[in-house]
Amino acid sequence: MTVAAIKEYLAVPRDRVENFHGKQLVYVSWDRHLLFAAPFLLCLPPETAFRELVNGPLAMLLQADPDAAAIDWTKVEWLKSNQPWTPDFDASLAANGIGHKDQLRLRTSGLNSLLAA
Amino acid sequence: MDMKVTKKKLGLKDKYKLMTRDLGWEPSYHSKDELYPYMNYEGIKIHDWDKWEDPFRLTMDAYWKYQAEKERKFYAIIDAHAQNNGHLNLTDARYLSALKIFLQAISPGEYAAHRGFARVGREFPGVGPQVACQMQAIDEIRHAQTQIHAMSNYNRYYNGFHAFADQRDRIWYTSVARSFFDDAMSAGPFEFMIAIGFSFEYVLTNLLFVPFMSGAAYNGDMATVTFGFSAQSDEARHMTLGLEVIKFILEQDPDNLPIVQNWIDKWFWRGFRVLGLVSTMMDYMLPKRVMSWREAWDIYGVENGGALFKDLARYGIKPPKGWDDAEKAIDHMSHQFMLGLYQWSFGTAFHAWIPSDDDMRWLSAKYPDTFDQYYRPRWEHIKKLAAAGTPFKNYGLAKLCQTCQLPTVFTEPDDPTLTCHRETVYKGEKYHFCSDGCQHIFENEPEKYIQAWLPMPQLFQDPVNGDLGEWMKWVSLLDGKDNGDYAGSEDQKNFEAWRGLATTNQ
Ligand SMILES: [Fe+2]
Ligand SMILES: [Fe+2]
Repeated sequence: MTVAAIKEYLAVPRDRVENFHGKQLVYVSWDRHLLFAAPFLLCLPPETAFRELVNGPLAMLLQADPDAAAIDWTKVEWLKSNQPWTPDFDASLAANGIGHKDQLRLRTSGLNSLLAA
Repeated sequence: MDMKVTKKKLGLKDKYKLMTRDLGWEPSYHSKDELYPYMNYEGIKIHDWDKWEDPFRLTMDAYWKYQAEKERKFYAIIDAHAQNNGHLNLTDARYLSALKIFLQAISPGEYAAHRGFARVGREFPGVGPQVACQMQAIDEIRHAQTQIHAMSNYNRYYNGFHAFADQRDRIWYTSVARSFFDDAMSAGPFEFMIAIGFSFEYVLTNLLFVPFMSGAAYNGDMATVTFGFSAQSDEARHMTLGLEVIKFILEQDPDNLPIVQNWIDKWFWRGFRVLGLVSTMMDYMLPKRVMSWREAWDIYGVENGGALFKDLARYGIKPPKGWDDAEKAIDHMSHQFMLGLYQWSFGTAFHAWIPSDDDMRWLSAKYPDTFDQYYRPRWEHIKKLAAAGTPFKNYGLAKLCQTCQLPTVFTEPDDPTLTCHRETVYKGEKYHFCSDGCQHIFENEPEKYIQAWLPMPQLFQDPVNGDLGEWMKWVSLLDGKDNGDYAGSEDQKNFEAWRGLATTNQ
């Protein structure tokens, strides 16, 4: 049973992609950089190039971390839905297979100024 | 017409019999199933409602008399507090952030509890629980009202109190408490009783009310202390009802045990998440602190909760599944929350701030294994950003947990340097969680939780469509008044100016 109910009960999810007027949600977080209290929620058109997501909203949000300027984007390791994954920076979110509400994680080994030894 | 009637006084036992058990009747032209349609679908089996023991034997007439007396005393003190500028006796106006969160998130929960108990009082066939639930329903609406009245005096002088009802419905952090009660109210009557009557009122309420009321006393908030006293005898009754309910259900049929255990696991975890906000209040928001969250947990969680579950072991009940994960989170959660509240304070109808050097010394002492290692470096960096004139604001908004609706600020139980990422796909849609506990709850009843109204994704849908200014209007948040850093706020300036007038000759 998918819900305790007195008769058959089917629900409608609240956050379906149709509700976002042509955009989608993407969650992005930087592993082991917890100055940012939670993964970021971004709302972008699926046609957005991955490079635009990185150079635009993501770079802006990451600025507050002292390691931000030292990120070498060619060496970043990525995870999508917690699995290793390689983005194509010139392709769109859709072409990169980034679906609505997908979670991306970036890893930058060696960079960690705010973690006391 | 004048008629002299010699009133014969009833004995307590007769009175109880006449005014509770005798109020029930056997239906003659409807079946019991038609009258009580929600009694079977949860799988709980009750064979004899007369086995219900009423620990208080309180009758409605006596109840009204006690409560009316308490109301009279309560309002007399609240009036005196207002007339004597009680708000200037606070240790510091930072204290008000804790009160604002309480008013926006917890007082509406009292009202929700009222609705829930009114409903289950109607659904249970036994007269004993019907009357007990009815009294608790009235208690809870009284709690909501007296809390609102106790805090209304602060609304005349300070920001952030003026729109708690809108904020209860629309602002992001209140959806944590609201979804908790909505979840309970939309469950069946038995689950509601285990959720609110037992797990919340019995297991967790001390962690909420004791720190809160002591916090009020320590910080000169006589209005809230007065409310606390006025609610105390009710709480004792509620706790007894919660314990009676679980014992009654478990004694009625052995098949009830796994169902009840599942609810305890679920509602312990949901309650623990809601109470996370209390941890931040205790460790960061009280200018004069009572004890640390860790110390409160050791007393009210480990000691009292441990004793309770030992007592329930004879029915086969085990401690809640999330207990160990909760223990691992205790030394981290208040810091994780406060970091979030600070960086998102542009969107809160209360103020946050950077802990002072003194505060940080206290935090290091109370959290010797975690604060200096993990959290102090972040606060020191945030302090530097503020000093440079570029205070840290995280406009990235946050990923929320589909179940508890909190921002996913928590780390892996065994790795405090790594955010806990959990996700699942149900009917082609992706859902995210803050923890294994929340994911399990979702997976038990996905069709319920896919309907969650998550305030962050909602911000990008109609009617706000991603416009932060529009969102502030929609949630009745006055930008530059209700929100942001306490340093430099109107609340700070006004409190210091008025207190100066009251305590100096300037
Ligand atoms: Fe209450
Ligand atoms: Fe959660």
